[in-house]
Amino acid sequence: MTTVTKQEYGSPFRINWWARAGWLIAVLYVMYAANYLDVSLTRFIQGLGNGAAFLGEMVPPNFARWKLLVGNLLETVEIAVIASAFGVLFSLPVGLLAARNLMPPWITWPARTFVALCRSFHPVIFAILFVKAVGFGPLAGILTLIFASIGFIGKLFAEAIEEISLKPVEALRAAGAPFISVIIYAVFPQVQNRFIGFSSYQFDANLRNSTMVGIVGAGGIGGTLFAAFQRFDYDFLAAILISIIALVMVSEFISIRIKKVFQ
Amino acid sequence: MSSKQKHTWERFTFSERMARFTVFLGFAVALAVSLRTVEVIPEFLYDAPTQVADLLTRMWPMDLGYYREGIHEAMVETLHIASLGTLLAVVMAIPVGIMGANNIIQIPLLNWLAKLILVSSRSVNSLVWALLFVAIFGPGALAGTVCIGFRSVGFVGKLFAEALEEADPGPIEALTAAGAPWPSIFLKGYWPQVAPAFWGIFLFRWDINVRESAVIGLVGAGGIGMVLDTALNLFYWDRVSVILLSIFTVVILAELLVTNIRKRII
Repeated sequence: MTTVTKQEYGSPFRINWWARAGWLIAVLYVMYAANYLDVSLTRFIQGLGNGAAFLGEMVPPNFARWKLLVGNLLETVEIAVIASAFGVLFSLPVGLLAARNLMPPWITWPARTFVALCRSFHPVIFAILFVKAVGFGPLAGILTLIFASIGFIGKLFAEAIEEISLKPVEALRAAGAPFISVIIYAVFPQVQNRFIGFSSYQFDANLRNSTMVGIVGAGGIGGTLFAAFQRFDYDFLAAILISIIALVMVSEFISIRIKKVFQ
Repeated sequence: MSSKQKHTWERFTFSERMARFTVFLGFAVALAVSLRTVEVIPEFLYDAPTQVADLLTRMWPMDLGYYREGIHEAMVETLHIASLGTLLAVVMAIPVGIMGANNIIQIPLLNWLAKLILVSSRSVNSLVWALLFVAIFGPGALAGTVCIGFRSVGFVGKLFAEALEEADPGPIEALTAAGAPWPSIFLKGYWPQVAPAFWGIFLFRWDINVRESAVIGLVGAGGIGMVLDTALNLFYWDRVSVILLSIFTVVILAELLVTNIRKRII
């Protein structure tokens, strides 16, 4: 005798009404927002014609002024290198002060507010303020990217410290080690690798942003780029864009190699 | 008889240590060269404290009444640009992400093409994208929306492709063996596995886009940035401080919102 037991699983392809409602809301939102922003298909299609003309003028890229291009790219890289070095240096103490498992609340609160402030403004807003404070030139760009780095690495570093095992810290404290030794021998070895990871990521980000801060006058290739736009010098513009993309790709390749070294 | 051998414990091999040393040395040399050659005018640096003090006295007291007159509407526009731009990015990122995932499309040329599109989108800064689209579409929110979309494709597409590559091949093999057509394989095999990651990426990028759409107006792409640009050009520093304060508030609120939603869906 065999008994056939039938089990109901329900349809594996049943309709998820919540998901459908979500998609409907998304479509309605797109229609509403497009209407609000005065974004319409006709304007878009008109723009495509302009875009074709624009691309036509960009080809072939004009590398005749390569000396200017190389000089600007070098300045961009210099801004990124200096800003990364100082940004990493400053974000070490800031991250440490913001870690809630090592510091009392009256220290972590100001440090966390500072980090949040550095992070919530886009670098270009800092760049505008620093151009006003220290004038045109790479110094404003360097200061901008230092603040951007503190905002990013400081936050991640504080989070990494909050996740460490507290046992070595307790052991060192029980042995009567001074605070500096606790940091150097118990905290730092646990977060060192992640810190190097954040730093190399931030260097990449700084390189990308240092190509932009020049638009508001803070040094690097952005100034030349903006000038090329304003003078409708689109074939030189194409050359600048190609060299920026190439620079970023090279730096991504290098940072992948560096990550392999530290794994 | 075993003789007692002397073991010296080393964490890294010789070549590993040399590689680390080379990285540090390389960076130190680059830093030294940069510090020597970068053109910094020291007089400007000495002048900085006076300039900052001047800036702060001009920013205070804030012209809070200006929020209602000029900022509120631009802020709403900024949020719409960010949301619509992120949706546009998602629409473009799904095909590019699928093309870039080497377990779905097994044609190296297409994978490589997708990688190139994604890298280009990410390496060109949002302000540069904004300049490009202002030149194409003219100043306004349309340029801003398309700019945010193109800028975000790289980020969303890369993470989406990585999520697809990590998908468990079991369900997909089962569907293929049952003879399911390609759309069913994607919707019932891949999509349920990558959906949480996908929504996480979407929210994360929306948060970033709120920040970015606040500044692309500086080059004419709509939103609060255009108001900021006007205030800066006219030296209305008391208005600038209100604008900065409202950007700060909106960015913090957006981040809180995203963190709360992420906690629930992941």
